[in-house]
Amino acid sequence: MFHKFQMSVLALAAAAGLMSQSAWAITPGEMLATIKDEAKVAAPAFQGFSAARGENFFKQKHANELSCASCHSDNPATSCKHAKTSKVIRPLAPAANAERFTDATKVEKWFKRNCNDVLERVCTPQEKGDVLAYLLTIKK
Amino acid sequence: MAFNYRNLFHFFVALLLLGGISSVAHAEHDDDDDEVQVVAATNAKWKTECGACHVAFPPRLLPAASWREMMSGLDKHFGTDASLDAATAREIGAFLDKQSGGGKHASPAKPLLRITETGWFKREHDEVSAQTWKNPKVKTPSNCAACHLQAERGNYSEHNIRIPK
Repeated sequence: MFHKFQMSVLALAAAAGLMSQSAWAITPGEMLATIKDEAKVAAPAFQGFSAARGENFFKQKHANELSCASCHSDNPATSCKHAKTSKVIRPLAPAANAERFTDATKVEKWFKRNCNDVLERVCTPQEKGDVLAYLLTIKK
Repeated sequence: MAFNYRNLFHFFVALLLLGGISSVAHAEHDDDDDEVQVVAATNAKWKTECGACHVAFPPRLLPAASWREMMSGLDKHFGTDASLDAATAREIGAFLDKQSGGGKHASPAKPLLRITETGWFKREHDEVSAQTWKNPKVKTPSNCAACHLQAERGNYSEHNIRIPK
């Protein structure tokens, strides 16, 4: 009886440990594949992602004189500061920060927010995929 | 075998206790004044979500009405889209409600949303020079961590202040 209790405590502790990681962890490559599926649905003429186009999009100023780089820096392999609050933002490139693009819900949350701030609209799957393709080319 | 299980069991109990002790340790109070300096209570979602773009500001620094107003306008949060999914917003809203400050920071007409506009904040920071506020390393009065070195951990004690040059 006591053993059973101990085992359930262990099981609970293990479950808590797993949950503190991301519950649905994916790789950045899998994230890109998901965005690719969305891009094909959104545009039947979809021809793939372009890291070069993604880099241009990332660094270019859109609405409100803001770009992705305003907060994530021109070198997404480094830590940088939030343009408004000065809080440190850890690197966005997966090569420099293994946590990035491993939680689809988090990725969608931030694309929604940040595209609204920077472009005053949501981003298309093409734009998101181009940016991720670019970030995946960055070496540490 | 049973001995090993017991050891493991003790280990996990110790881990759980440690969590409790660390939150108690954070609640230790400074004796240089009686204002709020340490965030005692915490909530994982509040810390992650509210602490993503800025320091997770101590809930006690605004009254419940202010936090309610804040949570109802997250899609336009000081000019930024900080929207949350409904379940997360509910949990954080309930936490803020419970931990919010009392009436002394309250404004009966329209609830203040900026902690930096409360009388408490102004009084606490009246010794800070105009030059310091203009320092690019400070940039904005909401950048607590520019001077409060332990702000990320919810500790605003005067012992942990360093004004950047």
